[in-house]
Amino acid sequence: MTTTPTSRSLVPVLEVDDVSVTFGGRAVLDHVSFEIAPGEFTGLIGSNGVGKTTLLRVILGLQKTTSGTIRVLGQPLRHRSRSLGYVPQKVILDPDVPLRARDLVALGVDAHRFGLRRRSREDKDRVEEMLDAVDALGFADARVGSLSGGEQQRVLIAHALISRPSLLLLDEPLANLDPKSVQEIVALLHRVSVQHDVAVLLSAHEMNALLPVMDRIVYVTNGKAASGTTEEVVRTDVLSELYGHHVDVLQLHGRVLVVAEPSADTDHLPSHATLHLD
Amino acid sequence: MFSGFMLNAWESGTLVAIVAGIVGFFVVLRGSAFPAHAIPNGAFAGAAGANLIGINPLLGLGLFSLLAALGIGSWGRRGRPDVVTALALVLMLALGAAFLSQSSAYEPEIYALLFGEILGVSSSQLVPLMALGVICAIAIAVLYRPLLVTSLIPDVAAAHGMSTTTIDTAFLIIVAMATTMTVPVVGALLIFTLMMGPPAAARSLSSRPSLALGLSVVIAVGVMWASIASAFQWNWPVGFFVGTYSAIAYAIARLISLRPRTRTRTLYRAHTH
Repeated sequence: MTTTPTSRSLVPVLEVDDVSVTFGGRAVLDHVSFEIAPGEFTGLIGSNGVGKTTLLRVILGLQKTTSGTIRVLGQPLRHRSRSLGYVPQKVILDPDVPLRARDLVALGVDAHRFGLRRRSREDKDRVEEMLDAVDALGFADARVGSLSGGEQQRVLIAHALISRPSLLLLDEPLANLDPKSVQEIVALLHRVSVQHDVAVLLSAHEMNALLPVMDRIVYVTNGKAASGTTEEVVRTDVLSELYGHHVDVLQLHGRVLVVAEPSADTDHLPSHATLHLD
Repeated sequence: MFSGFMLNAWESGTLVAIVAGIVGFFVVLRGSAFPAHAIPNGAFAGAAGANLIGINPLLGLGLFSLLAALGIGSWGRRGRPDVVTALALVLMLALGAAFLSQSSAYEPEIYALLFGEILGVSSSQLVPLMALGVICAIAIAVLYRPLLVTSLIPDVAAAHGMSTTTIDTAFLIIVAMATTMTVPVVGALLIFTLMMGPPAAARSLSSRPSLALGLSVVIAVGVMWASIASAFQWNWPVGFFVGTYSAIAYAIARLISLRPRTRTRTLYRAHTH
């Protein structure tokens, strides 16, 4: 179905309504609800093992729910939708897999089609455009298996973006990256989100790198989720309650500083984190 | 060397090499080497069984390859694929041993099933070989991109509604068909080398999927032609040469690929940073 610009701006790109998932009697997700508006940049924040990946798999239709519904652009998620782009956490490829970065991006256009076809001039231009959008032109002809984690991440983002999704889901894209690559990927995701008018939902166990670009936070802990705008959530009282541990949110020379007292159960939150407010 | 019964050898050998080059490309890509080893061994038991009850060995080959493929496909998803594949392999070898002990097959016939008897391929075998080869090639062409994407990024493919299990099963059935047509020519033990060596060599030589697939076919045909000529010359089993030349092709390709690839990679690094 097609959506007009007006209806698109009104209908949430994603509605998660009262979703529960139970594994062997244990509630992994417990009545989780939240919405994402078109173009919104949302962080799905929580420590390892709280159900972030399960929630992403539910949204993608890869995990059955015990109860609740998912709607993408107002439509129930009965058939897995191409309105969703997905970048998985880890892709393991042999270094000698005969596939260049540009081949993987091109598969985003036609991977689901049967039979052989010659890619059109238009398809090739679009691949080039996507490689450019994620700063991957420099290694477009290298084998994907020989790329670094951050480079593979970019190629997978381009692969997901090329089918023009309304929502891009990324599972822990910042894990296993060095601090410089983390900043580059966050800036890049923010840029493509604005330029390609796509909402972003990415999971992370640490919010600091995302604070400058995040519109909304969905915070997951023990299977329950709380959602709000970044201003609503990044506050001393709210963060302290969510972490179950005292956290200070300080304003200092126009920057926001999240400071937690060091302790064993807050190792996912560094003791010092900074945020620029523009 | 190119007349009479030898003509059948050249024709059937070329067909088998083309199919092994195409199907083997995806066997290597999907990491399905173990099933590709187990299925021909199951097929061997089928041929022995067919021999016992006096029907066309090709029927027994086809039936057992298919059963092995479907068994490995469906049971492997529910348990550990390597364990299931291993048990399927030994179960069928055991059946093969039982069938052989009861049958009156001459030793050379059994030997031919295991190690191939390309010089004994008759004209009547060529048509079914050709038909199976064409079906395999068409099936791979239809499934080309889904096979690529489910091998490389299965989660992403599944998220877009592709059934990875269906593609998996379809591919194992293609391996079963390829096995059925190739076992009589190169033998159950050695068809495996033709599905591994040339595709693995090809992917060292090209980073483009379509070019690597083409090279895989070219190398497989080259290995096969050299093997037939050698078998004719020295009267050793063709399977011996197929196995040896496949391994040599792989070793040469790795040696060729090592230096240029490192250099290219360094250049990219220098360029981006």
